[in-house]
Amino acid sequence: MADDMTQTSVQTVAASAEHIEYVMRLGDNALILGQRLSEWCGHAPVIEEDLALANMALDLVGQARLLLTHAGNLEGKGRDEDQMAFLRVERDYRNVTMMEVPNEDFGRTTVRNFLYSAFQILLWQKLATSSDTELAAIAAKSLKEARYHFNHSAEWVIRLGDGTEVSHAKTQAALDYLWPYTAELFAANPTDEAVSAAGIGPAWGELEAEWEAMVLPVFVQATLVVPARTPFKTFGKFGRHSEHMGHLLAVMQHMQRTYPGAQW
Amino acid sequence: MYTQSLSIPDGDAKGPRKVENPDYLAEFNAKIDAGSFIEPKDWMPEAYRKTLVRQISQHAHSEIVGMLPEGNWITRAPSLKRKAILLAKVQDEGGHGLYLYAAAETLGVSRDELTEALLSGKAKYSSIFNYPTLNWADIGVIGWLVDGAAIMNQIPLCKCSYGPYARAMVRVCKEESFHQRQGYDLLLHMMRGTDEQRAMVQDAVDRWWFPSIMMFGPHDKDSVHTDSARWGIKRISNDDLRQKFVDATVKQAEVLGVGLPDPDLKWNEARGHYDFGVIDWDEFWNVVGGHGQCNVDRLAARNKAWEDGAWVREAAIAHAEKMDKRERQVA
Repeated sequence: MADDMTQTSVQTVAASAEHIEYVMRLGDNALILGQRLSEWCGHAPVIEEDLALANMALDLVGQARLLLTHAGNLEGKGRDEDQMAFLRVERDYRNVTMMEVPNEDFGRTTVRNFLYSAFQILLWQKLATSSDTELAAIAAKSLKEARYHFNHSAEWVIRLGDGTEVSHAKTQAALDYLWPYTAELFAANPTDEAVSAAGIGPAWGELEAEWEAMVLPVFVQATLVVPARTPFKTFGKFGRHSEHMGHLLAVMQHMQRTYPGAQW
Repeated sequence: MYTQSLSIPDGDAKGPRKVENPDYLAEFNAKIDAGSFIEPKDWMPEAYRKTLVRQISQHAHSEIVGMLPEGNWITRAPSLKRKAILLAKVQDEGGHGLYLYAAAETLGVSRDELTEALLSGKAKYSSIFNYPTLNWADIGVIGWLVDGAAIMNQIPLCKCSYGPYARAMVRVCKEESFHQRQGYDLLLHMMRGTDEQRAMVQDAVDRWWFPSIMMFGPHDKDSVHTDSARWGIKRISNDDLRQKFVDATVKQAEVLGVGLPDPDLKWNEARGHYDFGVIDWDEFWNVVGGHGQCNVDRLAARNKAWEDGAWVREAAIAHAEKMDKRERQVA
């Protein structure tokens, strides 16, 4: 369906199910967070942030296109980026749950971008030397984007945390809400183990300590308190999502579901 | 996205016209006559300044409000490629708004004052954005017709007498021209598709055609006389621009294979132009006057974004002040 994406990576050896799954997780994270950020367009607190949020959404949609195309190629069933993005059932989306929770307000949106872009920087750095050369190329491109997202959101986390009583309270509430969802990023699982063993990419859990070293000092500067870990668990990357996901998909898939097979 | 080809009065208080210094006025008029740009530091008549503030800010407001009807389809775009194109386009419009507010600020008004005038309903914006976007083809038709009409209006503004506005228009026109081609490309793809897709395009064209040609403003014979032409702000009349647009668009519609909803639209050999039917000016003035389908919703959306974002803007200011204070303490 996508008419301008060439098949850049033709795998000569069939990719493992874990390899495909791993790339789909990356693609779906970008897709779903891009979808959420695009909801802001025209509704941000100032025009400059309208531009910035649209810019980040565009980066993520661009990453999703490359990653889902690559996942489709690895899978070898002829699914292109749009079939991957729009024509799966909810259970088959592999994004972590934090990506799909509603934007709520500028505070939650900013804290989520901050938490996730820090993680992305570490992940893309490692993936830039992946044995999957297509993935390595996507990682090199995405790393630059993630650095911008991180710098932009970190500055805002500090402004909002340090700003006024109201902004501090709202941003603290956002951090309290989102922090438990970050556990899912690092939870050990067989996909990560297999991919790590094959030299394709890191198990995400390996990145946790470095990630904390990136985010915690910013929260200190923002005078925000990181909550203690709780038993809260989510399972989006295994396809068990939140109640929010179905609504997001209903909107995102609307055209493709209503007009099956149409070219756009 | 564009400025309406009439600068609609915003309801400014009407007062006695200021008597200007005749020497300054003569120098100003000489610059206009010589086709030179007027720059922010140059002396200018108060009425010239006011006209520009009104026109540039209406244009900026139109860009910002114009993000809403198209933004309505970003989350439902039918492919990732189209989603990316639409996001980039709406982002461009925000950029135009920012650029134009900055141009208006060179005339001694603040962005906050202008925003306040929009949110309170005192300032006008382009009436075209008070029509709803009802199907995906609306996104293509807005690019093709609405941006197409905008370009017709704006190209002459690239040579308008006020330097910052003229320079802003050069950049804006380049991007609008890109948007128009993207809109047309979207429609070409849909016209090559299924019957349902072609029906969507026709439906969208049927709804947007007359509002698009209304964008050029009332007929010249009905236009309020202003000094804009003498000042080099408006260089081509509403009817001439509208005719140029119709003449260019009819052929594009033929290539697309879509009908234009006007039985009186036909080539006039004697005039060397297309004739077209009567425009419903009651509809136009109703929408300008606040009674379009989306006037209330558009302003409500802008007000909500502004109110919801107040704590964010306040936080940014408070943090900057704290940083400033801390730096001074260290020093």
